[in-house]
Amino acid sequence: MSNFQFLLTAWIVVWAIFFGYELSVASRISTLRRDIEDLKRQLGEE
Amino acid sequence: MKVRTIGTIVVALLIFAAGYAALFIAPEERTMGMIQRIFYMHVAAWTSMYIAFITVFYANVRYLISHDRKYDALGVSAAEVGVVCCTVGLTTGPLWAKPVWGIWWTWDARLTSTFVLWLLYISYLILRGLLEDPEKKATLSAVFGIFASLDMPLVYVSNRLWRTQHPQPVILGGESSGLQATMAYTLVFCMVAICGVMILVLRDRYQLELMRNELAELRFAADRREAAGSVGNLGTARG
Repeated sequence: MSNFQFLLTAWIVVWAIFFGYELSVASRISTLRRDIEDLKRQLGEE
Repeated sequence: MKVRTIGTIVVALLIFAAGYAALFIAPEERTMGMIQRIFYMHVAAWTSMYIAFITVFYANVRYLISHDRKYDALGVSAAEVGVVCCTVGLTTGPLWAKPVWGIWWTWDARLTSTFVLWLLYISYLILRGLLEDPEKKATLSAVFGIFASLDMPLVYVSNRLWRTQHPQPVILGGESSGLQATMAYTLVFCMVAICGVMILVLRDRYQLELMRNELAELRFAADRREAAGSVGNLGTARG
């Protein structure tokens, strides 16, 4: 691998880790939001 | 426009500007050449990691004093984000080391203490997953988080106290240390950009933890109502 390839890999890795993590957090938030709304609806109906 | 949207736009602009400065404006280092440019993101990731782990320490201490659940939520959120920043640092380091040293990794004091720090905070997160009782989980993980933070100063001083394969500090490293002015400005710019990313991610992760707590409380209320309903039914059946 050339120095440029190492540099490019490092740049890709940095942003892949950050964006991958942010996407996982966003997906967990949307699942939780759905669960909370479902449960609130259930509690309101009873 | 919402504060969150403005914050995201500002951080996105900072990221592009910092990336441009690191790749095209900062002068090329004489001996290492272009591979030295990894340094800007590598050091910025460590700065963010330190901020995240110091936040964990603060939140853990505050939790043990106040037993307020919001500090527990802040602690676990900052720990997870800190592990992410630490992973970025531990990945970009070897990508710089291979072309410069000829090896990906060596067990010197700086690298080993950093790897131990990463393992400690991974253990902190695993420990939380193993405990069911919320009070016990929060208290034990706060104590463990404070213990884990003891490794932070060790990581910082490791290449100052001992001779390491890892380069000696270029910032606050004594008379022989220092950076060329444009390099220093680029580094500060990258630090601000990555810290901005870390803060945005931390805010979302904290919101996630608060929502988890809310869901747990709702489930508890639903279970209690269900139990009360079955006791009522039992009473009616007996009557």
